[in-house]
Amino acid sequence: MQPCYLGIDVGSVSTNVVVITATGEVLSSLYLRTHGQPIQAVKEGLRQTKAALPGDVEIAGAGTTGSGRTLAGAIIGADIIKNEITAHAVASRQEVPEVQTILEIGGQDSKIIILRQGVVTDFAMNTVCAAGTGSFLDQQAARLGIPIEHFGDLALKSRNPVRIAGRCTVFAESDMIHKQQMGHNTEDIVGGLCEALVRNYLNNVAKGKEILPPIVFQGGVAANAGIRAAFARALQQEIIVPRHFAVMGALGAALLARNYVAKHPGTKFKGFEVSEEDYQARSFICQGCSNLCEIVNIEADGQLIARWGSRCGKWDTLGE
Amino acid sequence: MKKVSFAHMGYSYLGFKQLVEDMGFEAIVPANPSPATLDLGVQYAPEFACIPFKTVLGTYLEVLNRGAEMIITSGGVGPCRAGLYGLLHEKILRNLGYNFEIFIFDPPLTGLVPFFWKLRRVLKETRLSWLAFIDVVRRAWAKLKLLDELEQMATATRPYEIKRGATTSAFNQCLEIVDRARSSKEIAAAGEECRQLLQSVPRDEERRPLRIGIVGEIYVLLEPFMNLDIEKTLGEMGVITNRSIYLTNYTTTDVLAHGTEDIRQIAHPYLNQFVGGHGQSSVGETILYARNGFDGVVQLAPFTCIPEIVAKSILPRVSRDFNIPVLSLTIDEQTGRAGVETRLEAFVDLLRQRREQMEARSNAALLPGY
Repeated sequence: MQPCYLGIDVGSVSTNVVVITATGEVLSSLYLRTHGQPIQAVKEGLRQTKAALPGDVEIAGAGTTGSGRTLAGAIIGADIIKNEITAHAVASRQEVPEVQTILEIGGQDSKIIILRQGVVTDFAMNTVCAAGTGSFLDQQAARLGIPIEHFGDLALKSRNPVRIAGRCTVFAESDMIHKQQMGHNTEDIVGGLCEALVRNYLNNVAKGKEILPPIVFQGGVAANAGIRAAFARALQQEIIVPRHFAVMGALGAALLARNYVAKHPGTKFKGFEVSEEDYQARSFICQGCSNLCEIVNIEADGQLIARWGSRCGKWDTLGE
Repeated sequence: MKKVSFAHMGYSYLGFKQLVEDMGFEAIVPANPSPATLDLGVQYAPEFACIPFKTVLGTYLEVLNRGAEMIITSGGVGPCRAGLYGLLHEKILRNLGYNFEIFIFDPPLTGLVPFFWKLRRVLKETRLSWLAFIDVVRRAWAKLKLLDELEQMATATRPYEIKRGATTSAFNQCLEIVDRARSSKEIAAAGEECRQLLQSVPRDEERRPLRIGIVGEIYVLLEPFMNLDIEKTLGEMGVITNRSIYLTNYTTTDVLAHGTEDIRQIAHPYLNQFVGGHGQSSVGETILYARNGFDGVVQLAPFTCIPEIVAKSILPRVSRDFNIPVLSLTIDEQTGRAGVETRLEAFVDLLRQRREQMEARSNAALLPGY
């Protein structure tokens, strides 16, 4: 049996599953839409991954990341549950060892990670605004009737990208509608949108950060040639898009799991069978004090497997 | 007995409860702010007011609905908007039809005469002599100092705790013990009991916690509901935190005096203006934390808070010059706990790796002097 490592990244828009070998080679990678149902997505991801893997693979460690990492970790029995910033940095370092800057744009967040000599020295994530993330591009592509896959190529055809207010998605949309009504062609509007997104990213998320090459661009939006070109233009640098750009978080989680298991032998992974079980998430409001915490219970086939959400720790005693 | 209330700021409510009760009023103790409190404040506050304004407004509405007849609060000093917050709160509440008295105490140094006039008016209602009042204040002060001390003790203990949550539950017990103590003697005894209690939390001394300084606006720093329990969260990630502001220290240095000269001097090369609120301190304290060998600094800034925006744009330079990582978190009613936890977790990872790298280097003697 070949020992392999599983990484799952449950994000707002996509759920990604990666399996790597002991040397870090990617055996299988999967990109699924979360569709607001993280539990379903994790189960489906596991099912498809199992089907894609050769028979002699044994999962020797598992890690989760992304905004749904705790939930996914509880379901699959993760050895390590890590934030997506660390996971992305780990994956990027493996793909481009010299990397000094990581630009990452996902479904609902965007981040910049600065590394020096292989160590993360600074990072930032969008805080109060989601303009300039993948969801926004998705929406606008749908509104313009352009498949998102073609969005980037269309942007590349633009000769005179129009200037679009990129500060806020709602205003960007009104501005775009206005530009359409003024008679600008679709390519230039799409091109302008890419530039607005990049401008917003560099002025908000990347503000005050020292962007040094090699620059790696990852996350689902890195598939968009228009955004890649806009970054290259704005930064006057080569933009590297790694092979597994869309699933770097999951890759990072798998690498972290491998490193963790090397130090703490024995995996907690429950096996691919967990995709057969029935999971329920229930929540209630604790009336114990005026904090009114929202407590979440995760049940597998009626059995409580995880619980979180209290500020005082009253409900965290599961399994003790 | 007149029903008196005040704003909720961290654990200070225990001190203020005692103060108000010992003055002969009935204290309407504000509950811990909750999402419902914030909703209430957001409903009646200007949209772009900061989150401390909204939370305090929500608290006032809650206590007024519970029958409070008088609110005693402190005024902020400009030039930022905080200087007018007390007045604006009053105006909004009166427009909503509430009938109450409000005493906004500005720091005495901004005007000794009005300070004493206000105080006299409050005291008149209580029939307390000045001498008796001084004793009341002294005991409330002792309680506030004790609370600050215990809070620091808890944050220094938490990263070592073997059973997660043991420190927090010991600290919550301490709050009850402190609440019961009233005379000077009782407060001293409660202090002893609580120190014992926190010291008896089982610890793993092998651990080497990181140290993070927390700077920013006073209310988000002091109120755990506002900062999403940042100190507890970091503590359980294995970090000792230190805040740039503890209420009793701050009162001595900034309310009763003109601020610590030190901090202004230290901040001076980067920010030579008092930009209001705690902007200049946030810069100065970050430098101080770097000098004192802290591993990193977290800045807490309420969304739209001008002083903290000024500080935030200066901090990257301070961070580079003093080689100390800084994480700025902007907080408003839309801030999600999950997002803050993700950033804190990543920041702690960064600091750990950085420490390992620095230690590896110094072990290899590549960087003599480290």
